[in-house]
Order: sequence, then C-alpha cells, then structure tokens
Amino acid sequence: MSEQLHSVSEHLLRELAPQVLGAVIRRFHDFADAEDVVQEALLAASVQWPREGVPDNPRGWLFQVACRRMTDQIRSESARRRRETTVAEELERLAPMSEIDTGLGQDDTLILLFMCCHPALSQSSAIALTLRAVGGLTTAEIANAFLVPEATMAQRISRAKQSIKASGAPFRLPTDQEQAQRLSAVMHVLYLIFNEGYVASVGPHVQRLELSGEAIRITRALRSGLPDNAEVGGLLALMLLTNARRKARTGPNEEMIPLDRQDRTLWDQSEISEGITLITAALSRGSISAYQLQAAIAAVHAEAARVEDTDWPQILTLYELLKRMSGNPMVALNHAVAAAMVRGPAAGLTLLMDLDQDGRLAGHHRLDAVRAYLLEMSGDSAGAIAHYRLAAERTTSLPEQNYLLTQIARLSERPIS
Amino acid sequence: MKYILLMTGTKQGVDTYKAWSEKDIQNHFAYLTSIRNDLTKSGEFVATEGLAMPHQAKVVRAGKDHTPITDGVFPEAKEFVLGYWIVDVDTAERAYEIAALFSTGPGPGGTQVNLPIEVRQIMTRATAE
Repeated sequence: MSEQLHSVSEHLLRELAPQVLGAVIRRFHDFADAEDVVQEALLAASVQWPREGVPDNPRGWLFQVACRRMTDQIRSESARRRRETTVAEELERLAPMSEIDTGLGQDDTLILLFMCCHPALSQSSAIALTLRAVGGLTTAEIANAFLVPEATMAQRISRAKQSIKASGAPFRLPTDQEQAQRLSAVMHVLYLIFNEGYVASVGPHVQRLELSGEAIRITRALRSGLPDNAEVGGLLALMLLTNARRKARTGPNEEMIPLDRQDRTLWDQSEISEGITLITAALSRGSISAYQLQAAIAAVHAEAARVEDTDWPQILTLYELLKRMSGNPMVALNHAVAAAMVRGPAAGLTLLMDLDQDGRLAGHHRLDAVRAYLLEMSGDSAGAIAHYRLAAERTTSLPEQNYLLTQIARLSERPIS
Repeated sequence: MKYILLMTGTKQGVDTYKAWSEKDIQNHFAYLTSIRNDLTKSGEFVATEGLAMPHQAKVVRAGKDHTPITDGVFPEAKEFVLGYWIVDVDTAERAYEIAALFSTGPGPGGTQVNLPIEVRQIMTRATAE
C-alpha cells in the first residue's frame, strides 16, 4: 500500500487510541487489561489498514477488536481457574461498577492523562505510559525513541499500570480540589516528553520518533479538554515557540547553536504565530503561571527579526516576575543573563554570586557556562576560558560540549586582553 | 540517564578465573543472569556485552602510509575493559547501587569477587539553548 495511506492510518490510530481505550475501560472496568487489548487492536490495525484500506468506522473497528480480545482473555482466564463463573461475574470482580463515572460528555483523553501522570508513578513510568495510552504509540516506538530495548520499555509500562492499580485511582476526573495539583503533574510530564525530544535531529538519530512533536500533539488534546485553562494554553505556546527554533539550533556536526547566533530565517513562522496568538490569549485571562511567563519570554525572542532587535528590558521584567513565582535556580540563572543584557555584565555577575551562595547549582555546568559568557562580555577572556573549561568538563550533553569546546578554542586564538 | 558500568581487570587477574571450580563458575553466571532479569523487570536494562580475553587484545595505530601497526605486548599490570553493562536509571546513586551488585558477585567458594566497576555517564544529545 502507498506510503501516504500508511501515514494517514498511523496518524488516525494515534488520534483514536485514547478514545477507544476510554470506551473499553468503561465497558470492562479494568485499566491495565484494557490498555493491553487496545494496544493489540492498534497493532492489528497497523498491519491490516494499510493493506486493506481504512474501515468506514475505524473507531468502531478498533473498539470491536479490543473487546473481542478482552472477552477471549476473560474466558480463558476463567477456564484456567476451572471456575463456573459467568463473564459478568468476572467483570464484577475486576472492578466495582461504582468506581467508574459513567456520566456522558466526559473527556476520556483528559481522564487518561490524569491517570497516566498519577503521582504514584515514577517519572520515567509516567512518560512511557502517557505515550502509549494517550499518545497511541507502540511499545517498540517508545523504546526506540528512548534508545532502550523493547522488553525494558514493556516492563516500565507494566510497572506503571501496577502502580495505578495499587493506588486504587478511580477512572474519573479528579475532584475540583485535587485538579490543580494533578494538572500540574500532567503538564510536567508533557513538558519532560517535549524536552526529551528536543534533541539534535541530525546524524544517526534522524530516524527517531520526534517526541517533541508527540508532546505538542498530546498537549493539544489536553487543551481541547480544558480550552479555558490559561496555564495549559501557556504550556502549548511555550512548546510551539521553542519548537519553532528547532532547525536553527544545531549545526551540521550536532553542535549546539545558542539563541544569539541562530539563523533566524530558519525559525518556523507558522509555529511562532500560533504560539504568539495562544500566549496573548492566555495572558489576557488574568492569572499568570510559570509556563505563561516562559512562553511570553520565548515570544519576545521570536518577535526579534535580528538578535540586536531583542527587547531585553521586556525579557528582564518577565524574568523578574518568574523569579518571584518560582524558586527554580535555573530561572535565577536566566534572570542574571537578562540583567546583564540590560544593565551590563557586572550586574549579571553580581546576581551569580547569589546563586553561589544558594548552592543548589554548585558544580552545574550551566552556572559555569553563564559565568564564562558574562566574563567574556566584560572583557575577561582568561576568566571566560577557565569557566568554559569547567562547563565543558561538567556537561553531560554532547552538543553542548561541542559548543563549549568551540568557545574555548575561539577565545584562546585571540590575544588575551 | 544512561550509565555504562565497565568491568576492568588485568591479564593476571583474569588468569585467576581459570582456577575456579565448575560450581563457582556456574554460580557466578547464574548471579549475572539474575541481575540482568531484575534490571529488565525494573525497566532499567539497556545492553550488556562481554569482551574476549585481554590475551587477544591489540592496540592499533596508523603508520605513515595509513597501514595499521598493531601492538599486542602489554605489561601484566595493564588494566583492560572486560565487559560492560548499560543501564537507564533515574539517579547516579542508583547506577552506583547496580555497580555494587556486580562488584559483590560470587567468586571462588562463595567469596565476593569485589571487582572494581568504573561508572561513567553516557552523554545525551538533548540540549538547552
């Protein structure tokens, strides 16, 4: 079958996965088993649809295949136990009816997201389960994206499901009181998936599934479930505005190209304009969260056609707000850079002394890299080289290390002032 | 975060393995298999390989005309990589814990081999601008 039909059905399968899963859970009341049979139905479809064409009612097709597998599974399990129970009794055993909110108009995708990002799960488990249950990806695709064997990824997913089972989390939306906290866990997992995918797209890793694109797709689904939530709008805007720079941020040898040296004609204008529209709407809603502020900062960068057009005073104001809201030392680090751009390198270096006192970034390569950058701005090449060296020793990112070594070489070739 | 756990040893050290009893060897390999299964179950296993004995090792440099020049005569005290494990873990501490498991593998007569394990983080391709 044609490549085109293959990608159409793949796209459709990923969109339908959470809807079908929601329906199967409602019918059989068991999240873990339902998730397995839906995965089997997706795999069956991925073989059959490109060959025989997409059925008229693809959602119904998937639902039926999944239900058939589930019924087979329950029957064989009953037979194995040699007990004279009916399927209905077995179902009652799986989960009491009361735990399932059968109300109409529920957004299953939303419920599934809350479930997959349940606080009982480890981060790596939540990421894997979200990609499979909500993203509709296969275990093999997820394993490939994280460069681990499929058996390892399968175990991570099955452990995640065991944790959900053990936590007794019901299949319904969290209560209003719980929702804010649980939503921030969901957004955090989506942001981690996005960052995991924000890697160099050259060399041997070019064939990897683009996790940043998957994170954007799932965040769009979250947003359609909560269209009025300004924080979710802010997160989606942040992802789009960051992803827009994707093509400009790495050189041919996977070396990182920082924001001030990027070829801005490579930025994706459609992602930028969608991001700016989203963040403008999210900011006008009053309540301001960290994702909104980060997106607003990304938008100010995006609006500068040349690096010298950057509105640094505006960025500094936004970082001041963000710093007041979040205790994250990385925010303080970026704030120091913005302060240096507005008030000069000495102001930035003074702020770094607060971070030295704070201690949480002690030994972190980004603190050294920023200090090196500000020392270079202030004309201290020798100091800059020393701190770029420390940063190069400490980073665990290959593209960053390439960049840092290049800075050392560039500065060393210059006469020391 | 991915870490590589490198098992290193000298030719002399490796030679002592040849004096182990059949039971000692079986116990040792059963121990390694059980760790591998546990790491798969915990969702942390990535890869493992053992390398041929150091006696077969060669160091290669290119000569003037790009032909390989091999050197295979090494002092007894030279450290060789004997094999490696790659694990994907949440913290560095967890990688050290796994390394300690390998280090405490059973040796002759049930004693601990206490092999030194070099733990190194594998660099990522992810960046922050």
